[in-house]
Amino acid sequence: MPNSPHSVGAVSAQRAQFDTPLLFKSGAELPRYELVYETYGTLNRDKSNAILVCHALSGHHHVAGYYADDPSNVGWWDTMIGPGKPIDTNKFFVIGVNNLGGCHGSTGPSSTNPETGKPYGASFPVVTVEDWVESQAHLADLLGIRQFAAVMGGSLGGMQAMQWSLSHPGRVRHVLAIATAPRLTAENIAFNDVARNAILTDPDFHGGNFYGHGVVPTRGLRLARMLGHITYLSDDAMADKFGRGLRSGKYGYSYDIEFEIESYLRHQGDKFAAYFDANTYLLMTKALDYFDPAHEHGDDLNKAFAAARANFLVLSFTTDWRFSPERSRAIVKALLHNRLNVSYGEITSTHGHDSFLMQHTHYHEVMHAYLDRIAREFSA
Amino acid sequence: MSAHDHSSLAAARPDFAAIAAWIPQGASVLDLGCGDGSLLRYLNDTRKVRGYGVEIDDLNIVACIQNGVNVIQGDLESGLSGFESDAFDFVILSQTLQATRHTEALVQEMLRVGREGIVSFPNFGYWRNRLNVLRGNMPVSRDLPYQWYDTPNVHLCTLHDFEDFCAEYRVHILERRVMTGDSEVHLLPNLLGGMAVYRFQRAA
Repeated sequence: MPNSPHSVGAVSAQRAQFDTPLLFKSGAELPRYELVYETYGTLNRDKSNAILVCHALSGHHHVAGYYADDPSNVGWWDTMIGPGKPIDTNKFFVIGVNNLGGCHGSTGPSSTNPETGKPYGASFPVVTVEDWVESQAHLADLLGIRQFAAVMGGSLGGMQAMQWSLSHPGRVRHVLAIATAPRLTAENIAFNDVARNAILTDPDFHGGNFYGHGVVPTRGLRLARMLGHITYLSDDAMADKFGRGLRSGKYGYSYDIEFEIESYLRHQGDKFAAYFDANTYLLMTKALDYFDPAHEHGDDLNKAFAAARANFLVLSFTTDWRFSPERSRAIVKALLHNRLNVSYGEITSTHGHDSFLMQHTHYHEVMHAYLDRIAREFSA
Repeated sequence: MSAHDHSSLAAARPDFAAIAAWIPQGASVLDLGCGDGSLLRYLNDTRKVRGYGVEIDDLNIVACIQNGVNVIQGDLESGLSGFESDAFDFVILSQTLQATRHTEALVQEMLRVGREGIVSFPNFGYWRNRLNVLRGNMPVSRDLPYQWYDTPNVHLCTLHDFEDFCAEYRVHILERRVMTGDSEVHLLPNLLGGMAVYRFQRAA
């Protein structure tokens, strides 16, 4: 609620420009780039109270608060962040950043390539979680933050949080990895592949250079989102919300939208396709697929986490089948092997993967308790 | 936590002091059914252990985090598959043994995951308990604070029962302490002891 005393209030995005080339894991290089970000709360004198919130597939830098000129545009994790909320902005300085390759202001496929004067389109490098962490580290440098009190995120955001502990062990004290996985399963990659194929085979995609054709691969994006959305919910949640409900109350014996769930999915698909960039969607799903810290360590996750020094909070949700509790327990096992401090909570929730974005009393209590503990470390 | 808090905590749970006495500084400890994390916090503060708890209850997970101890949410009844073999110096089951369903399997798991096991449990052979039963009622006391219909204690046992169990399942008892309240019992422990703490390892 914009007027709540627990809201961070009206916020505005900031822009950071980087003129030092970024070398991607793929070998590609971006000579210069911009990141848009928002911050909430105040950075303390020794800059020890900073939290980085990493976003998931369709997320962005607008994590909390609202825009003065658009009060209904509330941040995607506003339930979690604000004065008196679990991530208390009276104590913490919170940063939300739009990832490189995104479509909310940071340099991405839809940005203009200064060398050609045209959108990057298909020529934008394939980005990995490691690349994002590097770009975020440059932003931290710019803000003078040597070490984060915590880096956190759900899903793909959780992967970035974990990667921080591996790429920059000395720069993060706590990692909060929520509804995430140490790598995707074949089934999970398969879902991403179908979503990508929906976009890639849309005639309006034009090999990723649709901008010049004045079209958008809306059908592909919509299908990709519809499929994704199914996997973020649970059978129970869908049964609860829609059941077999019919819009007109009876069968029409046609292929029109009849069931409530059909109507809902198409609405979600249309909404998403209206603002999200197809190339960004491809790139984000690919980053998910590639993330696999164990790969370079003989598929041994224990060895992958040997570099980590952070303390961890790992959370999963009981009905999340896309990033199941079992996947989180694998992370916990590797952390235990490396004798790292870790707490693990398995939150009972009916909302599937999307649970990590939802208001949930116990989930928020766990987060609150853990963040209070972090706050005690630097206020003591 | 102040020294005063420690002594009051140890007084409230006399098995804490007995358990702590067996644990050297800096040991690694897994506390099964760790509740709100009081024992782990006590061991963190007094023994600087590297400790983790396992707990199933949501409210206790929050309490453990507030207490500053590591806690892994999970069900002991489904085993300790989340833990590697020989990962800990000590695996503790404090006042929980009697509430486990698959007690035999759990004790074996404790000795797979830890070099040594420690259990504490209320002695059902304590004379007051026997007297209650003799009078025709299930005992209700400080150590057994439940009514028969709401008790989580499905496997109550006496000292003799536990020691027979250990002999049968190749569990080698290293040390035993028997207490009533906070005083140690040496005479007729199975009759005069309200609570027992055992330290054990795998039989050679």
